[in-house]
Amino acid sequence: MPAPRPLRDIAVVAFAQTDHRRTSDDLSEVEMLMPVLHRVLARTGLKTGDIGFTCSGSTDYLAGRAFSFTMALDGVGAWPPISESHVEMDGAWALYEAWTKLLTGDADTALVYAYGKSSPGSVRDVLTRQLDPYYVAPLWPDSIALAALQAQALIDAGDTDEPALAAVASRSRASATDNPHAQLRGSVPRGDYAVRPLRTGDCPPIGDGAAAVILAAGDRARDLCERPAWIRGIDHRIEAHGLGVRDLTDSPSTRLAAERAGAFERPLDTAELHAPFSSQEVVLRKTLRLDDGVDVNPSGGALAANPVMAAGLIRIGEAAARIGRGASDRALAHATSGPCLQQNLVAVLEGDPR
Amino acid sequence: MTEVLKAPLVVEFPFTRSLGPVQSAFLTGLRERVVLGVRTGDGRVLVPPVEYDPVTSEEIGELVEVAPTGTVTTWAWNHEPRRGQPLDTPFAWVLVRLDGADTALLHALDAPGGPDSVRTGTRVRVRWAEDRSGAITDIACFEPYESPNPHELRDPYSGGAAALVGSDGRFEDPVTGIVAPARLDYTYSPGRAQSAYIRSLADRRVVGERCPSCRKVYVPPRGACPTCGVATSEQVEVGPRGTVTTYCIVNIKATHTANLDIEVPYVYAHIALDGADLALHGRIGGIPYDQVRMGLRVEPVWSEAGGHPDHYRPTGEPDADYETYKELL
Repeated sequence: MPAPRPLRDIAVVAFAQTDHRRTSDDLSEVEMLMPVLHRVLARTGLKTGDIGFTCSGSTDYLAGRAFSFTMALDGVGAWPPISESHVEMDGAWALYEAWTKLLTGDADTALVYAYGKSSPGSVRDVLTRQLDPYYVAPLWPDSIALAALQAQALIDAGDTDEPALAAVASRSRASATDNPHAQLRGSVPRGDYAVRPLRTGDCPPIGDGAAAVILAAGDRARDLCERPAWIRGIDHRIEAHGLGVRDLTDSPSTRLAAERAGAFERPLDTAELHAPFSSQEVVLRKTLRLDDGVDVNPSGGALAANPVMAAGLIRIGEAAARIGRGASDRALAHATSGPCLQQNLVAVLEGDPR
Repeated sequence: MTEVLKAPLVVEFPFTRSLGPVQSAFLTGLRERVVLGVRTGDGRVLVPPVEYDPVTSEEIGELVEVAPTGTVTTWAWNHEPRRGQPLDTPFAWVLVRLDGADTALLHALDAPGGPDSVRTGTRVRVRWAEDRSGAITDIACFEPYESPNPHELRDPYSGGAAALVGSDGRFEDPVTGIVAPARLDYTYSPGRAQSAYIRSLADRRVVGERCPSCRKVYVPPRGACPTCGVATSEQVEVGPRGTVTTYCIVNIKATHTANLDIEVPYVYAHIALDGADLALHGRIGGIPYDQVRMGLRVEPVWSEAGGHPDHYRPTGEPDADYETYKELL
């Protein structure tokens, strides 16, 4: 069944992100976020008051700072009162909410932003708090441990091996040499086992960062941007929460989201995949049937910079920016949330024919 | 630039959660050293059991006992156990499909032989915790279990797994809830603007920041003007005197140990310090609670312990005119 065409043409017209760093303790969240908001608005010439809808993604657990998203709003300049919303999810899901808002015709432009400061806490432990509170969270299985269980399942299934995982990591960091915002780039050692079979090199860097995107509909998008990245389809799906119920070597939710977003209807030239662990790229490539003709994570991906809550939105932003500068005509952007690729969002972005 | 401040922050609290009927039976079973699964409409047995079929979302509740022995379906070697994890010596995280189940349970495997002794397919059995309360941690961990003869697993008469006790999932005194403690440790930093503000307090000065666009002075500063959405950086000392803009009378005794000597009733007020465009709040002392009023002029009484003023007291000046503070209410 072909994917339904969106009711309205909506595009990413601007993208900005911080340089992602191991720590940003000299800055509060709003101090870290604000320059990114200013930059993304400047790229379109819009002011806060011109924006129809604002939506953000973040989580207070990361920095241990209650209601941090309300303080981050200080950086937007939310007066007179603006139309605004927040998701306790990666900013890619905030973008999904903004996209639906624009589809309704209630707004023609949207500002979407996300930020995460992992440096104040221990993100491996913080992420255990999103797990099933009855059967799983009391065991405190950290994010690397859960990814390692998935990696071993892939090795057992013959889908990958440790050298192939190392190759994913080194290709990502090599690509990131062209990305001035990346945290890890160039030659990064495979390192010792973090949780076997994953080595430190298979894991994303821990760091702080923020990103912002502006969406616009129809002619407004053409006014604001030379080459808008049109969202031809976007969808997100989730799998059963029980890890032992799932086949960890596959990602049916990604495949279904990709089908609904129209990913398989025509060839792609670029894919920005949100795979924080090298083994997760193996799952996504298989699930999305990406061949060698697709440039995967030219930005370096989450293995080069993984500001939690923003890394998924950055995939959409990077794909759109690539279309904007004419390096891509049809790109897939993917975002994930939860352990072992539990929830997945896929967007298909296209530039106008040149 | 002011050096940023940092301090340890522990966020810790117990979550009290109620259980559905299937979860209650499963966790009560663990207390009684019995592992229960639940059967789905298409006959699969889910362990750990859930209240709704993860595929069809149908409500399910037929409990099935499974064996305390099973097979590792995937594993990961954890050489550095972290706080809260089931074992404090190196162990393998495992997904285990128990004999009689169709899905796998996450837990720890105590494998004294190290990572080279573990593989997918390793046979394991439950090691029960000494003290069991009806929680997933009633399984202390799994341990390797070499069954010399796989046929031993089946009871020769019933054909069922030999280790079963024949539970129907009904127990005396079932658990109906769990208390799950959670603790996360942070190193908190308030960032540039608030660090500068807190440092000034140490010198008994209150320093706000001015918005370069609307010129308002924010106290305490948070680094951004919430109206204009731009960074504030120009530091402006305000006060020390100020005006009570509004207040309330508190009749509830403070429970925090630092405040035990504050008698009720007392007054908590919004105070617009002279030169500030935002009121901050503080306790009013040195005056009977029922004589505090809007417009009262006050000044800080600093604490020997440092930090914010302990409270504010009347200056004795005439009350401020309403027109001078009405925009700050």
